[in-house]
Amino acid sequence: MAISETTRTGLREIADRYPSARSALLPMLHLVQSEENEITVEGINVCAEVLGITPAEVTAVASFYTMYKRRPVGKHHIGICTNTLCGLLGGDAVWDALSAELGVGPNEPTPDGEFFLERIECQAACTHAPVMTVDWEFMDDVTPRGACEVIEKLRRGETVRSTRGPVIRDFDATEHTLAFPLDGLADAPSVDSKMLAGLTIAKQRGMKAP
Amino acid sequence: MITTGLTPVITEHWDAPDLYTLDGYRRFGGYEALASALKQDPDAIIGQVKDSGLRGRGGAGFPTGLKWSFVPQNDGKQHYLVVNADESEPGACKDIPIMMADPHVLVEGVIIASYAIRANHAFIYIRGEVPNAIRKVAFAVEQAKAAGLIGKNILGSGFDLDVVVHSGAGAYICGEETALLDSLEGYRGQPRLKPPFPAVAGLYASPTVINNVETIANIPFIIGRGVEWFRQFGTEKSPGFKVWAVSGHVNNPGLFEAPLGITMRELLDYAGGVRGGGEVKFWLPGGSSVPMLTAEHLDLPLTYEAMAEAGTMLGTGTPMIFDSTVSVVKAVTRWLEFYKHESCGKCTPCREGTYWITGVLEKFEHGHGTATEMDTLVNLCGQIAGRSFCALGDAAATPYPAALKFFRQEFTDATHTPVDGTFDPVASYVFAPAVAR
Repeated sequence: MAISETTRTGLREIADRYPSARSALLPMLHLVQSEENEITVEGINVCAEVLGITPAEVTAVASFYTMYKRRPVGKHHIGICTNTLCGLLGGDAVWDALSAELGVGPNEPTPDGEFFLERIECQAACTHAPVMTVDWEFMDDVTPRGACEVIEKLRRGETVRSTRGPVIRDFDATEHTLAFPLDGLADAPSVDSKMLAGLTIAKQRGMKAP
Repeated sequence: MITTGLTPVITEHWDAPDLYTLDGYRRFGGYEALASALKQDPDAIIGQVKDSGLRGRGGAGFPTGLKWSFVPQNDGKQHYLVVNADESEPGACKDIPIMMADPHVLVEGVIIASYAIRANHAFIYIRGEVPNAIRKVAFAVEQAKAAGLIGKNILGSGFDLDVVVHSGAGAYICGEETALLDSLEGYRGQPRLKPPFPAVAGLYASPTVINNVETIANIPFIIGRGVEWFRQFGTEKSPGFKVWAVSGHVNNPGLFEAPLGITMRELLDYAGGVRGGGEVKFWLPGGSSVPMLTAEHLDLPLTYEAMAEAGTMLGTGTPMIFDSTVSVVKAVTRWLEFYKHESCGKCTPCREGTYWITGVLEKFEHGHGTATEMDTLVNLCGQIAGRSFCALGDAAATPYPAALKFFRQEFTDATHTPVDGTFDPVASYVFAPAVAR
């Protein structure tokens, strides 16, 4: 598949943000991934062309970072944190349930192209363990049953809202956000009771900073 | 008994639904510190941050003002401010919430810090796996630009600043400041040899300051309310307040802002205590890279100095609590699997060492470890610590010796019995078996 002219223009726009164009490479790779659902040879070549570096140099970078995929992800990327805290607090069970539900292992897409399952590392949400992500949006405090329900809703095309973030779109849309973060979704509610745990107690007990 | 009160400063207005907007932030005095800063000499700002005693909240605790003062002034070179928003340390979960709840406090801090170190370009490097933090910060930057708080001649001061929000792409190592710089330059995120330090030759080989999100979020308060006000909190060597993120087997996990020097027991109390009225088995003050402590350490003040004295580190100040249902062997093995996965491969001790430690620990997890290997692992960790290119290797060499110190018997048990046989995994889950279908 050829990279569209819109994406090519976008790549040049990203390069223009930086004093040195090569700094743009990470967001540029997110943009080509948003169009192609993976990092293709074509995507690598276009990034190399825009930056005036070799495809080998771009490949060296693309192969280092775990968010860039060398096979199609499909519609939704599903991440389950199985690092120590999330894993031991139940992430391991969530993983087992989802892996069984979808019939795939780590870094594998489902045959219908709907889901891609990944064991992810710490997602910086340990207060909300176990943590799951759908297209990298937070699905906090998940249970095996709850995780499977999310999958079923997505399958049926129902609206699923991130627990701290916007309504779930798809993997490609999130990749586009990483390249162009002004996606119009900044008003999504993102503060929850756990983030307010201390403030709530402070207010109840009349505690204030001097 | 609780003696140290909660002191919401950074988190004080997080319950205001529009805090993430410019109007919401301004309603609580937002950007007033910036206006005041721009009327002062940049060196005076550096002086105040130095006098405040603020120490970096990313884990190392280096004095922020001192770091800023290392940037050579009037050298005719372009200077850069880079915010390390790559929060990926297992257990750390306070920078992402700050960015999602109150992105403007970060932006205001960025502008003040850039002015102080005479940087006309600032970058906020946010890990790619948190699009919701990235969009919030990008939105705040855009609003600040539209309001003339970023751009040319900010508030008539003659100071120009461009701020770029940058998305990472999945690599824990990019939290290491020089790896972050390589990544920001469009390369693989691998650490650089130091010296030269970033203050002299950082981004694009120019003088650069790299600060953590929470560190920068402190700046508007220090400049706005003053050094004396700031020093009311905490101790002489660890002044200020901290957004403590308490996770694990507690009844009320979450974020609690309180002065440095609060004890884990006090924080634990705010967090509702250990679930089911149980006991703390082990806990880590700030991320998996700091040595674990046990219930006997709950009354120590959470300060940089007290944690160092206890043989650990304050780290990110985000305590993880584990109760008696958890196998320490399993916990440590999982952390090592993480370090192995995240080792960038640049240096041999870390690349090979994490591979070998993990392999041996996995034997213990399955009940096949040997007494000899318990000692071999100590040796192996000793060969990595201090011999690696960056702190990731040191961190990887940390969990096992600390665990062995307190829980030797568990490793001995794991020479004949799989840990899942000794510790039922289901018991450590935070949900009832009924929802585990």
